[in-house]
This record gives sequence, structure tokens and C-alpha cells, in this order.
Amino acid sequence: MSLTVLATGPRALLQDAGRVGLASIGVGRSGAADRAAWALGNRLVANPPDAASVEVLLGGLRVRAERNLTVALTGAPAQAVVDGKPMGHNALIPLRAGAELALGTPDRGLRTYLAVRGGIVVDPVLGSRSTDTLSGIGPPPLEDGVLLPVGLTPADHPPADVAPVRLPEAGPAVLRFVPGPRDRRLTAPVTTTWTASDRSDRIGLRLTGKPLHRTDDAELPSEGLVRGAIQLPPGGEPVLFLADHPLTGGYPVVGVVRDADVDRAAQVRPGQPVRFRQT
Amino acid sequence: MKALSCGDAAVLFEVGTLDEAVALAAAVRAAELSVVVDVVPAARTVLVVTAPGADLGALRRTVSGLPVSDAAVTREADPVEISVVYDGPDLDEIASFTGLTVDEVIAVHTGSGWRVAFAGFSPGFAYLVDGDPRLQVPRRDEPRTRVPAGAVGLAGEFSAVYPRATPGGWQLLGHTDATLWDTDRDPPALLAPGDRVRFVQVER
Repeated sequence: MSLTVLATGPRALLQDAGRVGLASIGVGRSGAADRAAWALGNRLVANPPDAASVEVLLGGLRVRAERNLTVALTGAPAQAVVDGKPMGHNALIPLRAGAELALGTPDRGLRTYLAVRGGIVVDPVLGSRSTDTLSGIGPPPLEDGVLLPVGLTPADHPPADVAPVRLPEAGPAVLRFVPGPRDRRLTAPVTTTWTASDRSDRIGLRLTGKPLHRTDDAELPSEGLVRGAIQLPPGGEPVLFLADHPLTGGYPVVGVVRDADVDRAAQVRPGQPVRFRQT
Repeated sequence: MKALSCGDAAVLFEVGTLDEAVALAAAVRAAELSVVVDVVPAARTVLVVTAPGADLGALRRTVSGLPVSDAAVTREADPVEISVVYDGPDLDEIASFTGLTVDEVIAVHTGSGWRVAFAGFSPGFAYLVDGDPRLQVPRRDEPRTRVPAGAVGLAGEFSAVYPRATPGGWQLLGHTDATLWDTDRDPPALLAPGDRVRFVQVER
């Protein structure tokens, strides 16, 4: 056991690349909500690309190293201190045995990733250490006091001490999307400025604003959903599906956000404006 | 077959019937295309999910050219028997909608040779088809916020058993003690696409 969780903050989960290719048994992919930030963390500490990290919602995490560790923080820039000393994001942070790392609340973005050199090596479930909040598959959400095992130090050395990255947006998030598969069911393009609802979660970013009207109220037989799908329920306020989306859905999907922009969508905070731009 | 745009890392293929969708999904899986990361069949569609950056035009052409068997996909094993207590809260409504008596509904449900078309909704949730056409009923107008694990239901052309307690809009016939999903079992799902299923009535 190598890392003790002293406090989880609002919510902390283990996430990796998720469970790929299990739709035939009804299991969705799950995995890190902001895949780019998660992957950057693993690159910084030279982990294998599928290593599990801690996904921290709105900061508040406190951990103690039980042996000498190297970690990196990516994603939402929650102020970090190690034994009272401020530490930067997107950079290697050495933790001596006994050192405590504490995260404040990020002033922008939603999800911070704590990558640990060696990865968090709890037992995988169906090939992944991700917690799927929709199906309940995977390790339970982290709790105060839990001990997390850290894997063997990888042979590769960290390629750099610090990585340049763009911060999550503080203002309106503009997400590029491709229309379809059911865009004909819309009376107007999806150009409204929406507001991210506080009912958003890892399943989907729920948006509020002036409802869009469907031209066709006929029910659609359920069909497969992708991460990034913009679904329009009967009320006319869209849901943008994130990592833990259901495999199938019966409401029309009017557009799909580009894969790279879904990572930014996963950093949108409740109350933040969201716009879609057709590409 | 129609190929519908579904973002920059997937294509949604629309076909005419459920059997075509199941057969196309099997053909895509069998082709083992390197860019494909998952295949999600549904009632009239097959979603093909790719790795980011895949050439979706090439994928459309490849999938459109795949040989698709029109025979229903069935596994040559004995049917899985699922014991059901027919005490569901929607039995009377199903009876009045179908014009059958409750006893006839049960007889038709147990007398049908069901087959798993595809999985979805939640882990281990298997959509069963080939039931008696008289059992086609609409979903409930108001979905229940909680359907218990083991509930046996009907909706449209399908029957299914809820693997775990979830919200749900299917009409409920009864319940079973069978474990549809166990993450620690190998395989975790009791029912796989192509499996044949028979429901057997038991008293409590």
C-alpha cells in the first residue's frame, strides 16, 4: 500500500482507459471523463498509457505518500500544496514518504487527475480499473482513509519535468460538433447559448436554455449512443453524453461533439455557458 | 442499408429489420477491422465505434460491402431455462391490451421459443425476440423509477429480464431468481446474443 486517501473532496474515482469492446454483454466503456488530461498525467510520470489515476471532482483531495512517490496533476488547476508548499500542475511532483498532498478548489474546470508513477493497481474488473457510475461496475468511489496500492516503478523515465497545456475555459465553452444522425428532427440548428446544469454528471452534461423543438415526435427505436452525442429529449433541452453514457437511447441524437472536444466538455462547470459550433 | 453521420469516431448504419441489424453486427465483428473498437446493434441500427482519427469514408465502404447472412443468428446450444413466478404488477394490463386472459398470457410467454437478439441498456440486459406476436405491448406511459432485479417484462417485440434494479418502462409479467449478471462469474452475463431462452412457470 503506497498512497493513503485522507480526504476525497466532493468525489474521487479511479479511472483509466475504460472497458473497450464489451457492448455485446451490455457494458459501456466508461474511463476518464477528460481523456486528454488523464493521458497527459500518465505521459508525465512515464506510466504505461493505460495506467489508472485518481479523477478528482472539484478538488478537495488530500493524500499521504506511504513511500517515496512521483506524481503529476493534470486537468482542472486545483491549487496544490505538499506539506504547505505550493506545487504546479502538469509537472512532476516528488512526494517523500509521509508527505501530504492537498488540493484546493479549482477556479476553472471540474476534474483534476492525480497520476502516480507506477499507476494505481487495485484489482481490475473486466479489464479496467474505471468506476462506471451508470452500471456500478468497477472499484467503488474512493473513501476517506482508503489505502491505494501503487504499481512497480516503470522502466521508462519521465520525458520532461513540465508540459505546456491549455487551461480549461473559464468563460463560454465552444464545442465543435458534426450534425446527425437525426438532425432532420430539428426545427433550428443547435446554435443557442446553453447553461450547464448542476444535474450534470459523468453520464452527461445536462444543458438548460430555450428549448429546441423537434419536427417529428414519432418515437425512435432505441439505437447505439456515442460519447459526445447531443441527445434531444422531448423537453427540448439537450444532454451531451460523457464517459458513462448508456449504450443505447431512444431519443434523437441531433449532433455529435468532436472526440477531442468531449474532453473539454467534461471540464465544464455547472452554470458555465456552452455553445455548439457546427463543423 | 443507410450510413448515418455520428460524429468523428463512429458511423451509425440503419437497416430495415432487427434480424438484419443483428446479422450486420455479427458480420462487422467477424471482419475484425482494426479501426473498430466496438459494435452496438439495436432494433434497426448498428453503431460502429472507431478509434479517433479513423477514415470513416473507408469504414462506410467496407461495412457496406460486407457479406451479411440473412439467417437469424442462433447458437446451437440447449435453451437457457429461466424459472418465473408470474406475479407482475402489469399482468392485468397486458391481458387487457392483448385481448388474452392472464392464464393465456402466461401460456404464450412460456410457450414461445425466445432468442437473444442483442444486449444493451445495462450489463447483462438481453433483448429477447421470436416471441409470440400476440405479446406485443407498448411501454408504460410513465416509466417506473425503480424496477427490481429479476423482473421479467415485455415491450414492443421484446421480452427481457432486468439484471439489476434500475428505472424502467417495460410492462412487468413476473420475476425470476436467476442471476442475469455477476461480474465475478465468467462469463458475467447469463445470456449472450444468439442464445435461445425458455421461460418456465414456477409457483412462489
